[in-house]
Amino acid sequence: MRVRRSNFLAVTFAAVLACTATRAALAQEQEALPPQQHWSFAGPFGQYDKAQLQRGFKVYREVCATCHSLKLIAFRNLADPGGPGFTEAQAAAIAAEYKVTDGPNDQGEMFQRAGRLADYFPPPFANDQAARAALGGGLPPDMSVLAKARGIERGFPWFIFDAFTQYQEDGPDYIHGILVGYTDPPPGFTLPPGGQYNKYFPGHAIAMPKLLNDGQVEYTDGTPTTVDQYGRDVAAFLMWAAEPTLDARKRLGFQVFAFLIVLTGLLYFTKKRVWHDVLHRSEPLESRPPA
Amino acid sequence: MSGQSVYKPQSPFMQWLERRLPIASLVHSSMIAYPTPRNLNYWWTFGGILTFMLGVQIVTGIVLAMHYTPHVDYAFNSVESIMRDVNYGWLLRYLHANGASFFFVAVYIHMARGMYYGSYKEPREVLWILGVILFLLMVATGFMGYVLPWGQMSFWAATVITNLFSALPWVGDPIVTWLWGGYAVGNPTLNRFYSLHYLLPFVIAGVVVLHIWALHMVGQNNPTGVEPKTDKDTVAFTPYATAKDAFFIGLFCIFYAWFVFYIPNYLGHSDNYIVANPGQTPTHIVPEWYYLPFYAILRAIPNKLLGFIALGGSIVILAFLPWLDTSRVRSANYRPMFRQFLFIFFAVVIGLGYLGSQPPEGGYVIAARILTAYYFIFFIVILPLLGLLEKTKRLPNSISESVLRHGTPAGAAAPPPSGAKA
Amino acid sequence: MTTISAAEPSRRDFLLVATASVATVGAAATLVPLIAQMNPDASTIAAGAPVDVDLAPIAEGQIVKVFWRSQPIFIFHRSKKDIALAQEVDWQSLRDPAPDSARVKSGQEQWLVLIGICTHLGCIPLAHQGNYDGWFCPCHGSQYDSSGRIRQGPAPLNLPLPPYQFVSDTTIRIGETGKA
Repeated sequence: MRVRRSNFLAVTFAAVLACTATRAALAQEQEALPPQQHWSFAGPFGQYDKAQLQRGFKVYREVCATCHSLKLIAFRNLADPGGPGFTEAQAAAIAAEYKVTDGPNDQGEMFQRAGRLADYFPPPFANDQAARAALGGGLPPDMSVLAKARGIERGFPWFIFDAFTQYQEDGPDYIHGILVGYTDPPPGFTLPPGGQYNKYFPGHAIAMPKLLNDGQVEYTDGTPTTVDQYGRDVAAFLMWAAEPTLDARKRLGFQVFAFLIVLTGLLYFTKKRVWHDVLHRSEPLESRPPA
Repeated sequence: MSGQSVYKPQSPFMQWLERRLPIASLVHSSMIAYPTPRNLNYWWTFGGILTFMLGVQIVTGIVLAMHYTPHVDYAFNSVESIMRDVNYGWLLRYLHANGASFFFVAVYIHMARGMYYGSYKEPREVLWILGVILFLLMVATGFMGYVLPWGQMSFWAATVITNLFSALPWVGDPIVTWLWGGYAVGNPTLNRFYSLHYLLPFVIAGVVVLHIWALHMVGQNNPTGVEPKTDKDTVAFTPYATAKDAFFIGLFCIFYAWFVFYIPNYLGHSDNYIVANPGQTPTHIVPEWYYLPFYAILRAIPNKLLGFIALGGSIVILAFLPWLDTSRVRSANYRPMFRQFLFIFFAVVIGLGYLGSQPPEGGYVIAARILTAYYFIFFIVILPLLGLLEKTKRLPNSISESVLRHGTPAGAAAPPPSGAKA
Repeated sequence: MTTISAAEPSRRDFLLVATASVATVGAAATLVPLIAQMNPDASTIAAGAPVDVDLAPIAEGQIVKVFWRSQPIFIFHRSKKDIALAQEVDWQSLRDPAPDSARVKSGQEQWLVLIGICTHLGCIPLAHQGNYDGWFCPCHGSQYDSSGRIRQGPAPLNLPLPPYQFVSDTTIRIGETGKA
């Protein structure tokens, strides 16, 4: 297909139309977007930082687990490759610190027993209704896939660039933003009852109170114990919880890419070889009448 | 087709088989010796790419079905179990989800090729209509597949789209209840969508057989739109077309791998990682990107029934393309006015796609209405008139002449003067 | 047909051979996840982890059935009479010869731990039935003695032993062999 100037004008016309409409819509609400963080698992060679995942797990256990369940994560996952890097013995010890419901026993009753590797993290509340009753109506979401269940709409043209920069970390950026985003409401903003003002939460009124403070969770590896650091560590941990196979995926991706580039190159040269005589015929073409 | 070699079985076993089930000669005549225009460009590889992607979707779908549970209480967690516990489950899931997107990328390019080069024109009308049927089957399959993970978008997309049928007078509500199997989208709906989602790809495979049969009856179109006249205009399918198809499938797989391994959730919506909640609607319900243009058309019309008709009509009108386009010239290479209107049409579809992703407010609504108007005016007004009014460029006498004219191959004799025996 | 000059064949052949080999390797690699996904997944393997059973509540003469890796495991608390009967048998003449001592842990002869699946066609034999003070399989009439050995009927082999070890005098762990 040959593309001419008039065709470029036609495409540009439609694009300008779309952009103008975008700008018109965006002018109505200037939403602050959570700032992008640097993540060790971002990019084609990204991998989880085990120490960060362990710190994030510590923050989760000590602060978040009071209200937020992690129902799809089993204790054995803590020892999986590509994860926080606990040994199986350490993971079993962590499991044994939890009480898990089992049963019914021979008397027909459910009972509590120490957790085992195969068990999943027990939820803090028996069900959604119990959670709402205990927390004044709010329902803390389960966090197993939270880092993939939240995103940031960056609009045109950023979403085009994101496909090339491989930006898939908008979930952790959002989670970090929420955790550091508690500020005083701006003058004139009316907070609904039970809500807290948060810079990055859509609508700015979040039901979750600010629970993280500097120095609240102790870190044994010397990492600064700031809310900003807690936010990043727990967001990284939750990204692992949502996507535990990320390390394996990117590693295999590199191998597949290398293979496909080699294969496609070979196929290209094969095509050129096959077509050589048709495209560069040295003797004049003879015609045969159709049969 | 003239001059192509005929399969002669060599070994006694092949002779025995050939007499009872001539599959070897069928493969030979339709995929090896089959005469293909020699001037096909890379836009013609997308048929092969589509067949490849259909295979990928069926294979990954079948293995995913070994681990998925089609019940509202277990569906979401069974998909997460695939992602976490099943060996290579994450790979199979991402291949299948992104495979659907790439299946649609390929089909849109394939359709655009058909529109540009007039591949829908006589004698290829049935071929084109079978293609429209295939596209409709793909739309249905993709829609039902997206419901299966039972996320928020799965549930609410199912609710919105099935509710559309209530726009039909008298039969609308009974049809919706019949589709749901209940008073709302629920477990019966999920189960039947699973059954049909498994079935339809095999229906697609069957219609693909018809599509290729219809193609082989009339032969491929080519960039000039001039049918092959002599043996010099064609080459054998294998190895010539096979080599091009293989190379471009390889290139396509590189783009596919980029998404599967590095940005696997880019084309999806984060809300679908929230378990379906029938009591809470997401802020913005958006379908997957490949349905966005049609979604924009649906929302552009303020009336529920007319919007529904416009949605269906925007796809069904494609089937009438062979008769709406009155031009005798096939290829847009020789139709300068048509080419401009067609490129505007492509830009309009992309624009509608963008608008489908945005909330239906303010300037977006006006833009969507303008673009929807162009969409239908293009088919109903512009195409019929263009055929009568357009001044087309002079067509080459034959494919070989056009190949020789566009750059003398190195070492070849001087091309014969135009008009001479080709 | 295309013509090939004499100098071309080796380079052309190398290219075709290289392409075909790389493509074949790719096809084989593609099969790996498709076949591997049918193997037990991580949660199944985790659920099949060793399980501890408390022996204290099992009375003498009682046979208890627990499950490990979805298989029934018989735990027989044998009385002295059961042990004596099992040891007195002329085991060399049995269809699947095995002395009783090889089927229990030394010092714990009162505990017989077996996989409760008939070695004929897979039914679960019934406890305390048959003529040999052991088990009787109702499907086709196989009979096992108080050491779980096949004595009569179509089953070819004795009831197999699962891997297990004593973690204390009153607890066994099924699924793990320590030092025999």
